[in-house]
Amino acid sequence: MAQLRLEIVTPDQVVLSTDVDYVGAPGVDGEFGVLAGHIPLLTALSIGTLLYRIDNVDKLAFVAGGFAEIANNKVTILAQAAELAENIDIDRAERAKARAEERLSKKQQDGIDIARAELALKRAVMRLDIAKN
Amino acid sequence: MPSLKDVKLQIAGVGKTKQITRAMGMVASAGLRGAQQRIERFRPYANKFNSMLSDLAARTEGASHPLLDNRDEKKNVLILLITSDRGLCGGFNVNLINDAIKLATSKEKEGKKVSFICVGRKGRDAIKKTSYVLLDAMTDVMGNLNFQVATKLGNTVSHTYTEYNADEVYLVYSEFVSMSRQVSTTKTLLPIIPSVNESNESEVEYIYEPDVTTLLAELLPRYLNVQIYRGLLDNFASENAARMFAMNNATNNCDDMIASLTLLFNKTRQAAITNDLMDIVGGANALQSQ
Repeated sequence: MAQLRLEIVTPDQVVLSTDVDYVGAPGVDGEFGVLAGHIPLLTALSIGTLLYRIDNVDKLAFVAGGFAEIANNKVTILAQAAELAENIDIDRAERAKARAEERLSKKQQDGIDIARAELALKRAVMRLDIAKN
Repeated sequence: MPSLKDVKLQIAGVGKTKQITRAMGMVASAGLRGAQQRIERFRPYANKFNSMLSDLAARTEGASHPLLDNRDEKKNVLILLITSDRGLCGGFNVNLINDAIKLATSKEKEGKKVSFICVGRKGRDAIKKTSYVLLDAMTDVMGNLNFQVATKLGNTVSHTYTEYNADEVYLVYSEFVSMSRQVSTTKTLLPIIPSVNESNESEVEYIYEPDVTTLLAELLPRYLNVQIYRGLLDNFASENAARMFAMNNATNNCDDMIASLTLLFNKTRQAAITNDLMDIVGGANALQSQ
């Protein structure tokens, strides 16, 4: 099978750089799949699960929003934060989830804080989902 | 002439100072290594980001976004000053603060109102002593620097900008050129003027999702954060390099001082022996002549 290069880059490190067969990414307008020979594409990503396939084995990674660029059989994911499924810190995600839920239950704060707590909750739940899969 | 005991105490004192400066130098060099690694790890992200933005900007010329808005009348200036939290790093902070204040005075002469956001205790304290407005200050962030710090700063800055409390924003930080060279630099943060890369002859035609303008609107605030993060990282590396240099100098000076004090000690000791001998010889002569 023709190969694709997948690179996940965050401000703190290069999370992953490997050859894969298929990439499924969470675009803002819905999930999309990339195979070798995909036309050049630049898209924004939402918080979600990134799936990549190496030798018919599916692997998951968490992406906290960002951008994806696809050109010349190379997929570059520029994410604010990203972790491979096996590297997700479950305890930390649980704590973040509890914290976000607590903030959401106290509604008297202003709009920005609620929006931020909702995003934090989404990230935490997504991380837990991926880690437990 | 100082007494033997005094000189001995002084030598011991300088020796202790030397231990401290050497330890601090070693801590700084460890910090520098960490900071350099961080810069290395951040570089792929920053490079990719810049190429994406310039590519998008080339396709959206004349696009409007609050952060691209180059206002005709600039009345308010915001300076983001990055310094260190602690001293003992030579002229590092002094240079940065001087540059920032020079910039502020020149802007004030043009009739603009200047305000500051400071990262690092040294800068904050210096700006507090001036008459400029200090909007916000962050201290003790250098130790565990991460992208969130930059994001927070970026949000504050862009908020100030879009609320028309600032019409131009500058970043003053120390650029890390090499181990022995750190240059205090002033950069324009806002409005963002994307460097349109003409030479890149857009050989590939991308599909954009959702669309170019929305993507640009997503990218721009993050671009600001990337710029600030780069400034923070560079500044942290520079601070450690400056401290390492200052502490190595101090250690060398301690060595020189110990050498000259040891010489003084030996001279004093010898003078005391000579005096004693003269006393004995004088006494013996007096006895013989009796």
